[in-house]
Amino acid sequence: MASVAVLAVWFVGLSAVLALLRLYFVFRGLGKDRNPTAASSGSIRTVVVVGSGGHTTEVLRLMSGLSDKYAPRYYIIAETDQMSEEKVHRFERETHPGKKDSYEIQKVPRSREVAQSWLSTVFTTLYATLYSFPMVFRISPDLILCNGPGTCIPPCAAGLLMTFLGLKKVSLVYVESICRVETLSLSAQLLYYLADHLLVQWPHLQQKFPRTTYIGRVI
Amino acid sequence: MSEREKCVFVTVGTTSFDPLIELVSISTFCKLLEELGYTRLLLQIGRGQYEPEAFTKPGFRLEYFRFKDTIAEDIQNASLVISHAGAGSCLETLGAGKPLVVVINETLMNNHQLELANQLYKDGHLYYATCSNLRHLLKDMDISKLKTFPPGQPEKFAAFLDKVMGVS
Repeated sequence: MASVAVLAVWFVGLSAVLALLRLYFVFRGLGKDRNPTAASSGSIRTVVVVGSGGHTTEVLRLMSGLSDKYAPRYYIIAETDQMSEEKVHRFERETHPGKKDSYEIQKVPRSREVAQSWLSTVFTTLYATLYSFPMVFRISPDLILCNGPGTCIPPCAAGLLMTFLGLKKVSLVYVESICRVETLSLSAQLLYYLADHLLVQWPHLQQKFPRTTYIGRVI
Repeated sequence: MSEREKCVFVTVGTTSFDPLIELVSISTFCKLLEELGYTRLLLQIGRGQYEPEAFTKPGFRLEYFRFKDTIAEDIQNASLVISHAGAGSCLETLGAGKPLVVVINETLMNNHQLELANQLYKDGHLYYATCSNLRHLLKDMDISKLKTFPPGQPEKFAAFLDKVMGVS
């Protein structure tokens, strides 16, 4: 019996050491310029997490400057958000006319409605997470681009897991909403040490949070 | 739209903001707008519970709708936009070069949207109000003092992303 316990402890210990080692390598790779997988294949499989309302407008503004190399584009949208879906279709028609097959819309349950309580948010986020993981693993993106709403946490977690497991380097680029002048959003705080790049729109916000990047107002 | 029409467009985006919609659609408020020279009040009420009563009388009319694919045209046709503090509505209005009054929804949890409205107000791009002082503000404000808001540069983001993703 004792030997089984020793073996179990040993096994758990070894797993922990391996996990920490793996984490070390993942973290060391964060923020590194150039993404070899993406560059070699010529196109960048891109997941865009679309929020709602203002977030949608912002993320589509960000997308408006990107070249055709960011393809295919998978837009993740909360299933209740009809307005954002329309905006994405219109954006795609305007920026990539005649290329209907270069993007797809993926619907997920909402992590959090506006004004939903934090406690119930935990449960809805778990539910959304169950949905998002197989979706992101199937898409196998090179890049996850997001700008704020809680909806982005489950896909980002899935992307991090893919990187952690060594399946693929998934770059997380988080662009903070222009709304955030003095403080980071909850999503940005969660991803502060995990995103490869976290861009902010106001220079004094960058000074408060040194891991962020400010390259001018991009939205 | 006739040449002389002066429209106030009120927009709440994808949210609901009943206190604002109720406030602006009451007859005394419409009267104030009329006194200020406006001839039309158009409301985008989003998910609000409260539905105002549309009316047309000589010299003034009130209309509303819930959602549209795009409100760009309504902003373009407006002489003044009164908006909730959502970034999309604010930026779309400022981008169209229209005078903007942002009304803060004090009932929203963790009201971080105040930050943006406050900053844009500090920088002189818009006026901001709460439901309780909107009336006063409309009477006292000077639209000609608002500064234009230069557009953001998504092309800088594209260049940044190309660099970090190794796209040549």
